[in-house]
Amino acid sequence: MASLTPTPVLEPGQDRTMILNMGPQHPSTHGVLRVLLEIDGETVVRLMPDIGYLHTGIEKTCEAKFYQQVVPLTDRIDYLCPMTNNLCYVLAVEKLLGLEIPPKAQWLRVLLNELTRINSHLVWLGTHAMDIGALTVFLYCFREREEVLKMFEMVSGQRMMTSYFRVGGIALEPPLGFFDRVRDFAGYFPEKVDEYENLLTGNPIWGMRTKGVAVMSAEDAIALGATGPTLRGSGVDIDLRRDMPYSSYEKFQFKVPVSQDGDVFARYMCRVQELRESCGIVRQALDGMPEGPIKADAPHVVLPDREKMKTQMESLIYHFKIITEGFAVPAGEVYQAVESPRGEMGYYIVSDGTAKPYRVHMRSACFANLQTLATMCEGHLIADVVAAIGSIDIVLGEIDR
Amino acid sequence: MPLAPAISDLEQLKNHPAVACLFAWNASAIQGVKFDRDEMTIYLDRANIREACALLKDNAGCPFNFLSDVTCVDWYPAEPRFEVVYHLLSIPNKERVRLKVRLNSSSPAVESITSVWPGANFFEREIFDLFGVRFTGHPYLRRILMPEDWEGHPLRKDYPVEGYR
Repeated sequence: MASLTPTPVLEPGQDRTMILNMGPQHPSTHGVLRVLLEIDGETVVRLMPDIGYLHTGIEKTCEAKFYQQVVPLTDRIDYLCPMTNNLCYVLAVEKLLGLEIPPKAQWLRVLLNELTRINSHLVWLGTHAMDIGALTVFLYCFREREEVLKMFEMVSGQRMMTSYFRVGGIALEPPLGFFDRVRDFAGYFPEKVDEYENLLTGNPIWGMRTKGVAVMSAEDAIALGATGPTLRGSGVDIDLRRDMPYSSYEKFQFKVPVSQDGDVFARYMCRVQELRESCGIVRQALDGMPEGPIKADAPHVVLPDREKMKTQMESLIYHFKIITEGFAVPAGEVYQAVESPRGEMGYYIVSDGTAKPYRVHMRSACFANLQTLATMCEGHLIADVVAAIGSIDIVLGEIDR
Repeated sequence: MPLAPAISDLEQLKNHPAVACLFAWNASAIQGVKFDRDEMTIYLDRANIREACALLKDNAGCPFNFLSDVTCVDWYPAEPRFEVVYHLLSIPNKERVRLKVRLNSSSPAVESITSVWPGANFFEREIFDLFGVRFTGHPYLRRILMPEDWEGHPLRKDYPVEGYR
């Protein structure tokens, strides 16, 4: 049974152990994570993550914003998967409002979410491989990631902080040429995944650094609250997209990669296969994209078209009211979870019936996943800590919020 | 899809696996239930939360074996002021349930569930840090996001969003 080290302060043991500070300024901690290590020679005896260096109080800020104004904040908690956070938040608010979203908006959301997953996994793969010493992969991954970021720029005008989703739909129709560009990308991307795999999967050095390293059992993973590839790498077959579908995911066919080994290599394989599956979902979304509106028919929530706003008095009034006083959301509470690239991203929103959320809580996948680090590393070598941190795929912005 | 009215009648909700499990164990521990927007909420007595979690975790038929989230809501100035909210997930049955414990502002403390799920550790530390709710039996109850020497609990409603305190 896993247990997080219940020690008040790490103090050096008798004579054998010493305390080593890893981070907060350490290249392989992906941001500002500080890890306290008690080591005996090269072996980690105890490990304790220390977080909070990026804490900006986003949850508190949300309480002072209108519902729509929270969307840009959700980008900023996890800068590698902005669309996933946007989606989770707007789904939660839509559930509170009881809004029905037109099919085209739902499919576009799925399409963009899978591109986001590809984007996030590419950054993970590049940096994870670089941490372990395979520098080349980084350049390959960022080549394709650049293409995804350009697509984000096409639809939203922003490469990273997209804020493209709206409560009730999405902001704008994608521009001309967007779908062709995505189709082109989805066509050649599987070959690129082959390229990464040629560099890593069969590589004996990669195998030695990852196989049998930082092993975690399924029981430990569940007990510690791990989700996403960190959980599936330990052999637990759950993916919220398939098991508790949202935003029309039930209409897509995809496999959920699961590995039984529970080591760094298993988590690597899960994510690399997810890249291929995501590309498949993107193709399905392109082929079956329904026609129709991209915004829900809810004039008190969704901003009117510019055209109508300039020609119809009623639209102008709605526009003025939504911008100046927001929209009231019926009192209640919801917990909406989506499968982010890192695991279960959940938003718990409490409404008191006004135009500002009473409480927004972000259940961050990395926050829970980080707790598994001690279980993975204690009793093993320091060098493997770097591989373990990389294999959890942490984003500190999301952990500290 | 218009919103269906919330159901808070225990008799109607008895068939939900979590309610049935807790009802069979100790009916007096359930202070109330609510089914709203397809989500099940059970209000529990604060003395029973750890046992209730342990029971739901091993519930035959529908084990709520995964702790998704623990968080807190501050209803200042109303009393009971704090609501500690637990979200459980059943991985085999794909079901969710929300447990709630209400706490007074005079002694906001509740038993820690880290002995049931060690993963509750960080979540409870976060609540302690940002709301000042204590978790008895927690192995390492210290601030997690704010600096060690910080005064006050930022997510409380009587703590300002901006400016000086």
